[in-house]
Amino acid sequence: MKEAELVIVGAGPAGLCAAISAASSGAKVLIIERNKSLGGQLVKQTHMFFGSEKQYASTRGIDITDILLTELKKYEKNVEILTNSTVVGMYEDGIITVLHKEDKYFKIKPKAVIVCTGAFEKSLAFPNNDLPGIYGAGAVQTLMNVYGVKPGNKVLMVGAGNIGLIVSYQLMQAGVEVVAILDAAPKIGGYLVHASKIRRMGVPILTGYTVKEAIGKDYLEKAVICKLDNKFQQIPGTEQTLDADVMCISVGLTPLNELLSMSGCEMKYIPQLSGTVPVRNEDYETTIENLFVAGDISGVEEASAAMVEGYLAGLCAAAKIGHKAEDFENKKMDYLKQLSELRSGPVGEHILAGIEQIVR
Amino acid sequence: MFEQTGIPSIEMVMEKFPSLDRINKGPVAVVECYKKIPCNPCQTACKFDAINVGEDINNIPEVNTDNCTGCAICLSKCPGLAIMVVDGSKSNDKVLVKIPYEFLPLPEEGKMVKGLDREGNYLTDVKVLKVLNPKSFDRTPVITVEVDRKYMYDFRNIKVEV
Repeated sequence: MKEAELVIVGAGPAGLCAAISAASSGAKVLIIERNKSLGGQLVKQTHMFFGSEKQYASTRGIDITDILLTELKKYEKNVEILTNSTVVGMYEDGIITVLHKEDKYFKIKPKAVIVCTGAFEKSLAFPNNDLPGIYGAGAVQTLMNVYGVKPGNKVLMVGAGNIGLIVSYQLMQAGVEVVAILDAAPKIGGYLVHASKIRRMGVPILTGYTVKEAIGKDYLEKAVICKLDNKFQQIPGTEQTLDADVMCISVGLTPLNELLSMSGCEMKYIPQLSGTVPVRNEDYETTIENLFVAGDISGVEEASAAMVEGYLAGLCAAAKIGHKAEDFENKKMDYLKQLSELRSGPVGEHILAGIEQIVR
Repeated sequence: MFEQTGIPSIEMVMEKFPSLDRINKGPVAVVECYKKIPCNPCQTACKFDAINVGEDINNIPEVNTDNCTGCAICLSKCPGLAIMVVDGSKSNDKVLVKIPYEFLPLPEEGKMVKGLDREGNYLTDVKVLKVLNPKSFDRTPVITVEVDRKYMYDFRNIKVEV
């Protein structure tokens, strides 16, 4: 069995910040990441981040990974990184099982764990939604921004949240036509500055619309869309047919929580946090002692909040296992203040309402 | 309607513009940030203390037009690309407008390009005066164009024909 002091599952923005925070406090950190590279979704986020300077606002996501890895390198004697390694089990006795490169399977018994597995995309049910050409928005962003592959020529974006708006903009930057962006909600869900910058490129944003069906023989050729009433029911006679060879589904994310469910910590379904999330304390420790969380797994938010949660959980987890940072109190206060700043405006209202139901 | 379409009304736009007197004195930032979001790099980026978001980073930024020099640093730093600079000091019938533009190909200085409004509709042809793309702008180039004064409140984007 492999020994470890603090295991961090997932090396996206939350996991990397948790690692920096814990390693700088003096804890021996083992980062386990299923992909071959670190950074999670940051690797495809070519847009500038919101927030304030402390959350790297105005820096492009693709550059934030390097900033975080440079910071992590300062503490390299405390850090071990396992890539191509998937945590496949978390058991009641605190043992974690890991599958490395699909062929090596081993156990770890750490003193503490921070689960930072993030979230995954929700889907949408409509006839023929399995036609080639119908993607999650994340897949399209990966194809374009990581692999340089054009996903198609005419895109219908389904979902006007921040991801739908940002990916639409990046599609246009890649020279792909966006036919329209539609959303079932009566209002645009994402930041309106994103909506405005796409609208002034001439792309219509249709709120109160959904996809009725996809049409195509071997791949997507057309999409039938229709209006929704205020009970989200399709209104007959409002159908429109649009030519599109790509449909991008961007109807939200939900926490990737299987490992937590398996560990047996108390979980709750909280709509405002986009799914089933762990009950936790202010330090991001779950109802199982020394099992911490950070990032989208504790409630879907912007990456800026995920990073601060990572710093906070890393700081607290390290302290819990005997590595209390010298300026622990100040740092903790600063992270809590940053989180409260990010959530204090109108866009944070539902997040706060959700958090209220899970923090003890 | 803005929350359904992403298109601000003319009243909303005019409210963000400084007075004509100020515009005619020289370049000044117009910050089209209409909804509270947690974000303040415009304030952080400004060397002249001309943009104030304040203690709560969710506040709508306010421009101190006396301090603003129209330097356009904030244009490249705003993650929402919500800022432009307007300058009415150069001529009676034209205004110079600086906008952020993150598309290829970049327009060429001296050439005419299509001027668009906030819905992406064609307004008028505009002349490209300057294309600034220094490293410090981090891949958000700033384009200066010359626009007919009568389109000052409507112009917001350009289209470069390939």
